[in-house]
Amino acid sequence: MVDEKIKAEVRNLNFYYGSVKALKDINLNIAEKKVTALIGPSGCGKTTYLRCFNRMHDLYPNNRYEGEIILHPDALNIAGPDIDPIEVRMRISMVFQRPNPFPKSIYENVAYGPKVRGIRRRSELDERVEKSLRGAAIWEEAKDRLHDLAFNLSGGQQQRLCIARALATDPEILLFDEPTSALDPIATAKIEELILELKKEVTILIVTHNMQQAARVSDYTAFMYIGELIEFDKTEKVFTVPSHKLTEDYITGRFG
Amino acid sequence: MSETHIIKQYEEELRLIKEKVLRLGGLVEEGIANSIKALVERDTQLAESTIENDHVVNGLEVEIDELCLKVLALRQPAASDLRLITTAIKIITDLERIGDMAVNVCERVLELNEEAPLKPYIDIPRMAEAAQRMLKESLDAFVNGDTDLATRVLAEDDFVDDLNRQIFRELLTFMMEDPNTISRAMKILFISKYLERIADHATNIAEMVVFMVKGKVIRHIKPQQENP
Repeated sequence: MVDEKIKAEVRNLNFYYGSVKALKDINLNIAEKKVTALIGPSGCGKTTYLRCFNRMHDLYPNNRYEGEIILHPDALNIAGPDIDPIEVRMRISMVFQRPNPFPKSIYENVAYGPKVRGIRRRSELDERVEKSLRGAAIWEEAKDRLHDLAFNLSGGQQQRLCIARALATDPEILLFDEPTSALDPIATAKIEELILELKKEVTILIVTHNMQQAARVSDYTAFMYIGELIEFDKTEKVFTVPSHKLTEDYITGRFG
Repeated sequence: MSETHIIKQYEEELRLIKEKVLRLGGLVEEGIANSIKALVERDTQLAESTIENDHVVNGLEVEIDELCLKVLALRQPAASDLRLITTAIKIITDLERIGDMAVNVCERVLELNEEAPLKPYIDIPRMAEAAQRMLKESLDAFVNGDTDLATRVLAEDDFVDDLNRQIFRELLTFMMEDPNTISRAMKILFISKYLERIADHATNIAEMVVFMVKGKVIRHIKPQQENP
């Protein structure tokens, strides 16, 4: 990590669902314009961790953050108490496990974020929609049917539309929570290719249960277990010579 | 690697790879032993049967190679499993080459047996014994993941190299004194070289074992750099 520019510094991050401590003292730096994969068995806290980045936990009461997530370049602590979650979500977007387009047209799905941001001019919206759809590699398939209902697209196309929607606010970090678990191998390959393309512009965090996927797309891999960060290193290192026995057992399929 | 895989068949495949590598090692060890026995006892028949048996070694090498390829393709091994498979793929090539060296020794034995004996063999059997021991130890190190034993094998290679040089000097005097010995001395010299190569292959295996266990590459590093 020494030679990387840091996009987000996570320091002593704890997270509580009511009285349940789901993240325990996580210290993990996110390198800028790189892909960081979070792996670990179900319940290890990887999704909880991911959701801290765009304050998704604020949607439910009694959830509590401790520690800091310092977002650079302005050193904003996004885990702080007086943060506006809406503003954070403009800068840090998320793509979910299953494609979840709004029940609107393709165009309106992508234009939604910029509109919330106050952009009203048609030409500017058009421009952003096209740029985002191109960025998500779905422009060619969608350009002649921009006003069709988004649900008319295939699953893989819907997921790419959701990526376009996430890109529309020019985010600095993109969060992917198992983005391909509901897709077939071809659609999966397209999303993975897209992730590699997107990292030229944005920092990416991805949660995946598919370890080969983590190995294929990420630069860094973090292995988590019961709320703790067990190992964090270059992906290549983690998958060839992991430092911890737990990591080794998990990635070789000797767990539990 | 004490714990077992969730998928039992995968576990079984890895076990099978190890077992077959050991069997290949056993065949090759036997090949060296027989070739030297044939040399010392001037046993033409044993030399011929040893040459004949090499196809078993070759067949087993291909079999292990295919098994490793299958596991790579179907299981996508990671970490220690991945290192085990890549190590197996590399060391079976060394083992197969050792098998070829034993065949080469036998070929020279057949030629030497056509002529009168040049001298009694003293250093060659010592060298063969050392090379065999290195091979056995490197394979034991492979099976048990024993890096200490693997490191000892690396040190033993110097002894074999020294013997090879000594044999060369000795045979050189024979050849200088009597040109009639040149043809036979050259053949013995080749045998000495084959044994020296066998020890080198055993060294390769030992180096791969260190990689397999620690994930650290120690090939092509001078000894003083090994222990920082």
